[in-house]
Amino acid sequence: MVQAVFWVVLLGFLAIAPFFLYPVFVMQLLCFALFAAAFNLLIGFTGLLSFGHAAFFGGAAYVAGHVLKVWGFPPILGIIAGTLAAAAMGWVVGSLAIRRQGIYFAMITLALAQIVYFFALQMPFTGGEDGLQGIPRGNLLGIFNLSDPITMYYFVAAIFLVGFLAIYRIVHSPFGQVLQAIRENEPRALSLGYNVDRFKLLAFVLSAGLAGLAGSTKALVFQFASLTDAHWQMSGEVILMTLLGGMGTIFGPVVGAFIVVTLQHFLSGIGSWVQVVIGATFIACVLLFRRGIVGEIARLLRISSL
Amino acid sequence: MDPMIRLILAQGMLGLNNGVFYAMLSLGLAVIFGLLNVVNFAHGALYMLGAFLALILYSYVGQWIGMADLHIGFWPALILAPLLVACFGMLIERFLLRRLYKLDPIYSLLLTFGITLVLQGLFINYFNASGTPYPGMPESMKGVTNLGFMMFPKYRLFVIIFSIVVCFVTWYVIERTRIGARLRAGTENPELVKAFGINVPLMVMLTFGFGTGLAGLAGVLAAPIYSVSPLMGANLIIVIFAVVVIGGMGSIAGAVITGFSLGLIEGVTKVFYAPAANTVIFLLMVIVLLVRPSGLFGRQG
Repeated sequence: MVQAVFWVVLLGFLAIAPFFLYPVFVMQLLCFALFAAAFNLLIGFTGLLSFGHAAFFGGAAYVAGHVLKVWGFPPILGIIAGTLAAAAMGWVVGSLAIRRQGIYFAMITLALAQIVYFFALQMPFTGGEDGLQGIPRGNLLGIFNLSDPITMYYFVAAIFLVGFLAIYRIVHSPFGQVLQAIRENEPRALSLGYNVDRFKLLAFVLSAGLAGLAGSTKALVFQFASLTDAHWQMSGEVILMTLLGGMGTIFGPVVGAFIVVTLQHFLSGIGSWVQVVIGATFIACVLLFRRGIVGEIARLLRISSL
Repeated sequence: MDPMIRLILAQGMLGLNNGVFYAMLSLGLAVIFGLLNVVNFAHGALYMLGAFLALILYSYVGQWIGMADLHIGFWPALILAPLLVACFGMLIERFLLRRLYKLDPIYSLLLTFGITLVLQGLFINYFNASGTPYPGMPESMKGVTNLGFMMFPKYRLFVIIFSIVVCFVTWYVIERTRIGARLRAGTENPELVKAFGINVPLMVMLTFGFGTGLAGLAGVLAAPIYSVSPLMGANLIIVIFAVVVIGGMGSIAGAVITGFSLGLIEGVTKVFYAPAANTVIFLLMVIVLLVRPSGLFGRQG
């Protein structure tokens, strides 16, 4: 019932948001919401803390940007290219990182993400400090002109919905059940005969690919890919979004992303104090409400999954 | 001497100089991790805090107390700044981290990440992001020494020797003395050690203070070499994490040896292929993970 309310609010918001909010802002919200939901697939449903998800988000943005700008591919192919590249990166990073657990896992993903960051900084095709600028939005299927903000908005909303439904589907599938079993008790899952490492790796690849979908879409929305997207602080931000909204809940990351992006949007005038506010929010979340906003609501209403 | 060998030696020395900071920081992390099972993400920020305290002691404290000519120089800062950072660390432990010990260590990682953001943001606001040179380099440390293959700044030589001594003393205290034995016992079985009448929470707090003090000390040592900037710890901490993964977090000596060696390797890489110098430590991490997932000096499991 409450879940239905969340769905109605979300779909209603998606349908009418650009008519009362600045469309680019809403598109930014959706990209980060998808990014956080993808990240949550890993931390919330598999129990793996990746501290390097910015590498997939930012890396995909660069790949999509390059394919669209230099090769002149249509927008959908650019986004697919970014997504697949991120999934491939996820496979490499994941297969290395799952060799260790817990905080080591976090440190390894962080260090590997830093290699991606240095690539983005030093490779000739990434534009170094300037990033990739002037990525064309192009025409969707040769019919819809994406330079029109409203058309672009509904395209992004559709991508968000596809990604979000995919995550919903994954979580509620037998595969997702195994992931949650691994999160709850890994040795038990292992003793039941599940190839735990393979499940973890697959979850990592899916999460990285979906983060890449979000990153590619963001590159198309803002028409540039920059170092900020690949920097480790971005990995931290997506953790905060998920933590704030509620790890392991379906809607939590979306709510968390909306709050953090809105906060950044309205506090952008106070310079680096934003960082202080974000850091303080982090501390408060960890100390006071580890379940996150949606998690706390779920607990108050005694609902198992929200 | 063959110019190539000369170049390798010179870059090696400079690399060793960076290795000092890798060693001291990963040593502090190892001490904290050993006793508290906490990965202190704020370590880089506390290193930055140490450097800024040295700068503040020299340039600002005099003005604040109305004596514009007073500059608290490098030598007093070398003692004062680490102590202040240690006190700050103990406050963090006492009031924030202590609440999280019963939970997954991931939460303390996230908490210290939040502290990093707050510290960085504050210093960017007051000192802006670009960084300032430290003006208080002592006269006796200016100039260079002839090492035979290169002219090496006296101060950098001092930093290398001084930090080797600090690392050795830390290792000795933890591995070879009675205090260290208690610390190590406290990490193995806090309940049992408590039963012997040892105040474990106090010991934990002091250890955290000591580990963060080491970060502050590294910061003061770094101030005259690198420019003092709010972001100086931000990228270093990730290298330190890679050092920790390579070394394995089990041993104190492992942290120090890995730290120095990786600085050296990074320096020598600059001679052969400069663009790889940034990433060589991470690539080594990948290789070590493939061959020996628990790290070079790590305990299995």
